Amino acid sequence: MFDHFVVPNLLPAAPEIFLALMASAILLIDLFVKDSRRTVTFALSVLALLGCAAIQLWVAVPDVTYTFSHMFVADLMSVLLKLLVYLTVIVVLFYSRAYVIDRGEMNKGEYYVLTLFATLGMMVMISANHFVTVYIGIELLSLSLYAMVAMNRDSLAASEAAIKYFVLGALASGLLLYGMSMIYGATGSLEITAVARQVHGANVNGNLLVFGLIFLVAGLAFKLGVVPFHMWIPDVYHGAPTSVTLLIGSAPKLAAFAVVIRLLVSGLLAAANEWQDMLIIMAVLSMAIGNLAAIAQTNIKRMLAYSAISHMGFMLLGIVTGVVAVVGADGTVGGDISNALDAYSSAMFYVIAYVLMSLGTFGMILMMARAGFEADTLDDFKGLNQRSPWFAAIMMMLMFSMAGVPFFIGFFAKFAVLMAVIAAGYTWLAIVAVLFSLIGAFYYLRVVKLMYFDAPTDETPIRAGLDMRLLISANGVAVALFGMFPQSIMALCAAALVYSHFPH
Amino acid sequence: MSTYLLSLAIWVPIVAGVLVLLTGSDRNAPLARMLALVGAITGFLVTIPLWTTFDVAQSGMQFEVLAPWIPRFDINYHLGVDGISMLFVILNAFITVIVVAAGWEVIGKKVAQYNAAFLIMSGLMNGIFTALDGVLFYVFFEASLIPMYLIIGVWGGPNRVYAALKFFLYTLFGSLLFLLALLYLYVQSDSFSILAWHQQPLELSPQIWIFLAFLIAFAVKVPMWPVHTWLPDAHVEAPTGGSIVLAAIALKLGAYGFLRFSLPIAPDASHELSTLIVALSLIAVVYIGFVALVQSDMKKLVAYSSIAHMGFVTLGFFMFSAIGVEGALVQMISHGFVSGAMFFCIGVMYDRVHSREIADYGGVVNTMPKFAALFMLFSMANAGLPATSGFVGEFMVILGAVKYNFWVAVAAATSLILGAAYTLWMYKRVIFGAIANDHVAKLADVNKREFAILGVLALCTLWLGLYPQVFTEVMHVSVNELLNHVHISKIQ
Repeated sequence: MFDHFVVPNLLPAAPEIFLALMASAILLIDLFVKDSRRTVTFALSVLALLGCAAIQLWVAVPDVTYTFSHMFVADLMSVLLKLLVYLTVIVVLFYSRAYVIDRGEMNKGEYYVLTLFATLGMMVMISANHFVTVYIGIELLSLSLYAMVAMNRDSLAASEAAIKYFVLGALASGLLLYGMSMIYGATGSLEITAVARQVHGANVNGNLLVFGLIFLVAGLAFKLGVVPFHMWIPDVYHGAPTSVTLLIGSAPKLAAFAVVIRLLVSGLLAAANEWQDMLIIMAVLSMAIGNLAAIAQTNIKRMLAYSAISHMGFMLLGIVTGVVAVVGADGTVGGDISNALDAYSSAMFYVIAYVLMSLGTFGMILMMARAGFEADTLDDFKGLNQRSPWFAAIMMMLMFSMAGVPFFIGFFAKFAVLMAVIAAGYTWLAIVAVLFSLIGAFYYLRVVKLMYFDAPTDETPIRAGLDMRLLISANGVAVALFGMFPQSIMALCAAALVYSHFPH
Repeated sequence: MSTYLLSLAIWVPIVAGVLVLLTGSDRNAPLARMLALVGAITGFLVTIPLWTTFDVAQSGMQFEVLAPWIPRFDINYHLGVDGISMLFVILNAFITVIVVAAGWEVIGKKVAQYNAAFLIMSGLMNGIFTALDGVLFYVFFEASLIPMYLIIGVWGGPNRVYAALKFFLYTLFGSLLFLLALLYLYVQSDSFSILAWHQQPLELSPQIWIFLAFLIAFAVKVPMWPVHTWLPDAHVEAPTGGSIVLAAIALKLGAYGFLRFSLPIAPDASHELSTLIVALSLIAVVYIGFVALVQSDMKKLVAYSSIAHMGFVTLGFFMFSAIGVEGALVQMISHGFVSGAMFFCIGVMYDRVHSREIADYGGVVNTMPKFAALFMLFSMANAGLPATSGFVGEFMVILGAVKYNFWVAVAAATSLILGAAYTLWMYKRVIFGAIANDHVAKLADVNKREFAILGVLALCTLWLGLYPQVFTEVMHVSVNELLNHVHISKIQ
């Protein structure tokens, strides 16, 4: 019975296999850790991620490689995004360290193991070339996150957030699966590249395909957190412990971007006419509702949740306009490839920039939190300039960057996306986007106002370890430095997409 | 060496600003002040060779620098100045010295941050005046909002939060549409070079859209009626230094934008819509002149007079004659000196009495004679008295207007009456008469620092008033080149 069993090429998936093994090992090793600070578990988790990065660099090849019967793909885009995921999660672990130690009930081995499994889920999402792989990745990520949100089990808000997240997340998974099954019905395949061939060949049942597509897009929108499937974002960001919010608000966006590219661009590009209008509506609504609702918030985590919604909407513009450039009026793929490339790479750059800013902002909230004090209302930032001019300056840079003011990375992120939008001829969309950015600037400026113009209500000096101080300073400097010299990341994004989607 | 001059003009103040920031808390305030002054003076000195080695006969850009910045989108670090922008770089560096000196003892809290904000802003504004790449210009243009936002918000008056936010959002609104116009031009021309855009052919309808996008950005910045309402708020709430920089330099950025972007990139639209701009300018001159007349707050009065004076500038530009444009440019430089000095004078009184209300003063000449004399000079210049700098620009613009349209000239000329009315009436109420109250009775005359600042500004005002030739000869070739360019249609 083993005659037909061919051992698949495990090499492209080596980092995933390594992380799965390490996470399981850490789960066991943690049982023997007596230290209540869990230093060993923490160190091993960081080492596991560094190991992943090393293996990733070692096995990376510029070509597109498929394995596990085309269920798994390794290409330059996946390598780049995964390396960023490792880096992000390592930073998340360092930022969360003091916070979880102060909250003993969270500082368990499971916290670290779940973080690693969530990371594994993101990696699988990034490399998925099959609907089932996509689903497994999303579920692994989501289930880990559900548990992490509820980890602080004495907190009513956290439990509520976890239940909400779980119920809505399960619904979204259901929608996604339903959409996938419809597309399977239309095309007869679950493998993304095969689906692309089928759809392009136009021998498919159009109604069935569109029906499936709608459910697929709805499921994706849930996971991305764009309007009208955004309701879970504010509650979860707000209710979850800040260290978990940091994780939810950072690395998974990279994975979600990859899934959007894999499903919609690699898989269903030929059906772009069907999904592009949906995405335009969702993008505009996200920017509108995200930016307007953020103004009314008094809790900074909730404000950043709405800001995340608006940022994802802005990012979608890049994906939408890439397709406008590629798909001709008759629905066939053609047109200017370089425009499409600009658009997708602008969206990718936007996500990377957003993750960098989001890390820094939630990192600041974590740094200001103490045992028994969350520092999550806007008023906690009052007079920060008098308590610590350096960290106030970093927070200011992050806020201006989120608002899209130069010389910070957020400006060039918006710049690149707007360029793609204008190049695709969607001037009205660009005008809508900048008008909502203007509204968005208001609430970011308010944070700067609180830090600089108001007197502090809380004079407690900011206490943080050296690693935290150095890391968050580096994060702030990176926002400024990549804002002045964005070329390197922009070129990397473009190269990743060229080699992954337009191989010569 | 000459290729580094412009980079030095930008980066010397910025680096100095960062160094000042490093001095930290107010314990080191004297060090921070000293360092800031040294930085500002160095920043000023490096701009001097721009003028001394400037070739007035050469058209086009001088001291050019071109290095790739973001090759992904063909964005370059491209700097250069011509006869239009060179003087503003020097004016900006000069005003920075004045501002640092003006805040010397007055600013007592967060001294390092205060001075650093001004130095960094000075560098950024030099970037605006010298950038020849659209994105580079935009980046400097928008980044310069951040220090101004902080200056108004941290060191400003009671209503500073509102004023700072209004300033930021108004300007951001304008500049975001400007950004879209830049992106559109890039898509059309595959380049972000402003000089390449000058040559880019465009149909009338895109020209008009581009012109309108530019107009919103620059009109807010100038500011033109009806988008001027942020300026009185910002001026009133800003600390003295902030008002000086706003009036002397920041307002010029918008006017400069018209010359660098609107006229040469969209010449046909400029002609098409010139009536609109002329009308808006005249409203600014006449209507805002009346508004200034009824102000009870001195800073607000000078703020409105700034809007009226800037109306002259935009009027001069859109008559498309050499004398009009040059007059407008002279007016911009003159306004830099005069409005800066006016705001400083009000600051001098405010530091002593802590009021800007005209009604709280009267008879100041009895206690501050030296001050009264200098204030008199600047008030006269603000009113446009011959032999002061204020006269030259207005005269040239009115001269241009007579050729353009007689009634436009008549309307513009009312500004000489209105300007005299609101400035001199304010001067009379504040300075002359009997001593109004105890505060005025206890006033001490200007100290050496204040006298030095006012003296230098007075010399500049008289120099430009008596011998404007030095300034106009620099502009002449560049202005003619610009006007020749604007007369050629871009429609193919």
